This record gives sequence, structure tokens and C-alpha cells, in this order.
Amino acid sequence: MDIAVIDYQGGNVQSVLFALERLGMNATLTADPAVIRAADRVLFPGEGEASSAMRALRAAGLDKVLPTLTQPFLGICLGMQLLGRHSAEGPAGGTELLGMLPFDVVRFTPPDAAHKVPHMGWNNLHDLQTPLFAGLGSLSASPSPQPDSTQGPAPALLPTAADYVYFVHSYYAPVGDYTIAQASYPASQPFSAGVRYRNFYGVQFHVEKSGPVGEQILKNFLTADLT
Amino acid sequence: MLTKRLIACLDVQNGRTVKGTNFVNLRDAGDPVALAARYAQEGIDELVLLDITATVEKRRTLIELVRNVAREVNIPFTVGGGIGAVADVEALLLSGADKVSLNSSVLREPGLIDELARRFGSQAIVVAVDARQTNDPAASPAGHDPAAEAWEVFTHGGRRPAGREAVAWCREAAARGAGEILLTSMSHDGTRDGYALGLTSAVAAAVGVPVIASGGAGAAPHFRDVLQPGGADAALAASVFHFGDLSVAGLKNYLLAEGVAMRPVG
Repeated sequence: MDIAVIDYQGGNVQSVLFALERLGMNATLTADPAVIRAADRVLFPGEGEASSAMRALRAAGLDKVLPTLTQPFLGICLGMQLLGRHSAEGPAGGTELLGMLPFDVVRFTPPDAAHKVPHMGWNNLHDLQTPLFAGLGSLSASPSPQPDSTQGPAPALLPTAADYVYFVHSYYAPVGDYTIAQASYPASQPFSAGVRYRNFYGVQFHVEKSGPVGEQILKNFLTADLT
Repeated sequence: MLTKRLIACLDVQNGRTVKGTNFVNLRDAGDPVALAARYAQEGIDELVLLDITATVEKRRTLIELVRNVAREVNIPFTVGGGIGAVADVEALLLSGADKVSLNSSVLREPGLIDELARRFGSQAIVVAVDARQTNDPAASPAGHDPAAEAWEVFTHGGRRPAGREAVAWCREAAARGAGEILLTSMSHDGTRDGYALGLTSAVAAAVGVPVIASGGAGAAPHFRDVLQPGGADAALAASVFHFGDLSVAGLKNYLLAEGVAMRPVG
């Protein structure tokens, strides 16, 4: 399987390459449109700031290439956000993004001093859809068993280890039709932890740093039918 | 919901862990890569590698170590210890470190925080602050009256005052773009009597970025106290983990039972 990891000076790609290596896969780090088009899977990592990332993508001509791809594609963290229309991050009014998915990226507004920005650490996923998240934990399981009326209400489901992934971000995509996974910060406010349009998938969390759960999702991305 | 984090700190010198450990079934307890992988497997949330090498070879060995840890370990880690140059930060991040922690260098040149945050993003820049209580601790028992405590920033292992008040320096570091504050109480470090609750809650209330409490962990209730009423987002410890006083799973189960949000183990 040919895996392309897009190289646009968009931050730390080494961790993504190592994560693939741990799964026994070799990937090509590339900005070459021909190599990217020919790959079976494309990974699009991103870290740092939106406007500089968009500048780097345009300089490499990749802003024209990415929307034309047809194989399963996974944006990670900033790489997911860049798939949207507009980000509040960046000088003077924000940054125009790739416009491949219909969301606008906004900044977290903490309700109190206990909620810090960035949203940094392990948070649980919920409302999971698509085979990208196959095999994950309790809250993603198919319909929960009906409560037995003779036993009183069913106990609330608590997240298990298999629901937690690692996030670091100050901006987020709101929940919409494109959302395939949610996380919440603050606890009552869900945001898009995963998005999808056709073959274009994105995850807000660091799949390459999310322990065995992240490895499962990466494995799903490489093997599942995502078309 | 977002959970609080437990962080294990590994002191390394010339590419080897310095403090001994009591881990059984670990072929080489001096190998930071093996130790880091072991902690990740046990369910620790994050790792800090603190390099205390003081030789000219430091940069090369540290970059090699970071690459090896990043290759093996599937959770986030921070690297720190005597890092000052922009080029070193870049090399460490490109080698696979998630964050770089800076201490003396940013006290000498605070503008470096702005520059590094602009260049690499705040999420990658941790400012480590070593603080020592400079009034009589007996006059203000820890955790009782934070307002009565005086804390100053020190460098060189707590020997040299930096001429900064601790809470004000943390606030400035966050305002300049630090994505996280690693706050160590030199007055509590090594005592195993618990974290500096007054200092931690004062800093947590003063900055809008996450705060890692460090120094003083000796028993499970210490973690509860600093994470819950103390307001820390993460608690860092070294020896209680290294010597097996507390297992990661046991500590997490205790904290979950105490109502602290934790990523469960298993």
C-alpha cells in the first residue's frame, strides 16, 4: 500500500511517520502532486497557525491539488481545520481555508477560569459514525440495550479507556452534518472531533499520539472501506 | 469530558535515565526509551524528559533520544533542560517531541517566548518555572492562605534567585505565548509531603493556559488535592512512580473514585 504524508512545512510530521512505522507501514513524505495522486491513502498533518499553513500550501500549489484527490484522505488537527471554509485564526479577520467542507473554525471561549485554552489533554469521543471509528469504546457501540423496566433506569454509560484521545487546540469546528465524531469542551458543549465529506476525513485530535485508541483509528483508516 | 493528566518525569543524562527505578521486568532501567514505553503502556497520560547533560555533546544525544522515544512511544511528551536556542527547539520538535520546555533561557530573554510561540505555535512551548517560598512557610501553612505566601523564581536548581515574583512571571509567560506552565515548587520538591497547593491555585487562577503542578508528590491524596481544589490541570511526579510507591493504574483508580476526571486505564 502506498501512503503519502503531505509535506508542506506544516509542523511536526515525524510523529505521524513513526506512528505508521509502529503499524508496520512505510509512508512517503512528499509535496509532489503526482506522488500524492498515486497514493492509496493520503495523510495531511498540521500543527501551528492557520494563516502560515495556508501560505505554505499555496506556495507549494497544494491548495489546488488536495480538493481533486479521490482516495481516502485524513487531515489531522490543523490538517482537519484547513479543510473548512474559514478560520478565525490569523491576522486581520482570520484566514480563508481550502473550502472542501462547509464549516468555519472558531476559537474556544472559556466560560470561567477553570477552563483553559488550549483545550489540551485526553478527552472522550462520542456520537461516532463511519468505519473510521470501528472497534472503539463503550459510547460508540451500536444501540445500547433497552433498559429493563423491572430493574429501573439503566445506569448511565461512562466512557472507558477506549473512548479517549489526545487533543491540543485553541480553535474548533462546530458540529454539523459533516460531523462524524464529537467531543465536548466544556463538558456540555460538543464540537467536531471528526469530520467527513466523501473521501475527505479529518480528526481534530492527534491520532498519532492517542495510545492504542489512536492506533486503532489509524489502522481503520488504512484498512477500512471509507469510500 | 477533558480529563486531568498524570505525567511521569524522566531525568536523563548523556542519553541515560539518572535516578534509579524499581521497575521489575524492565531489562534496562537506565534506558529512557524502555522506561517511557513502559509508562505509556501502564496508562500514564504524558511524559517529560528532563535532560541534565552539561556537555557539548548534549544537543546531539538529546535529539537522538527524542527520535528514539518518538519512534517507540504513542503518547505526547515534552523535552526540557537547558534549551535556549531557536534552532535547538526546531530540531527537537522536528525529531518528534510534542513540546519543548524552557526555563532559564526565557528568564534571561522573555521575548524568546513570543518568538518561539509565533514560530512553532503555543501548543509546543512550555515555560517551566521553579519557585521557592521566600517568607516563613510556618507563618502561612500551605493551602491555607495563598495570599500570605511569597514565592520567587529561582534558577540553577533553586540556588540562584531570578528576581521575579512567581505568579507575575507565570502570567507574563502565558501572555507572551506559552501554551502551558510547568510549575515546580523547590520548597516541596523531594519532601513527599504534597504539592504546593497555595502557589498552584494562585497560578492556575492567574493564567488562562494549563498548569502542570510539580514537586512534593508522595501519596495518592496529594494528587487529588492539587488537581481538584488546587486547580492544576496536570500533576507531574518522578520518584513515586519510578520506585513503584504508586502504580499508574492504582493512582488513577483512586483519583476516579475521588471524583477527579481521569482517562481510565485498561
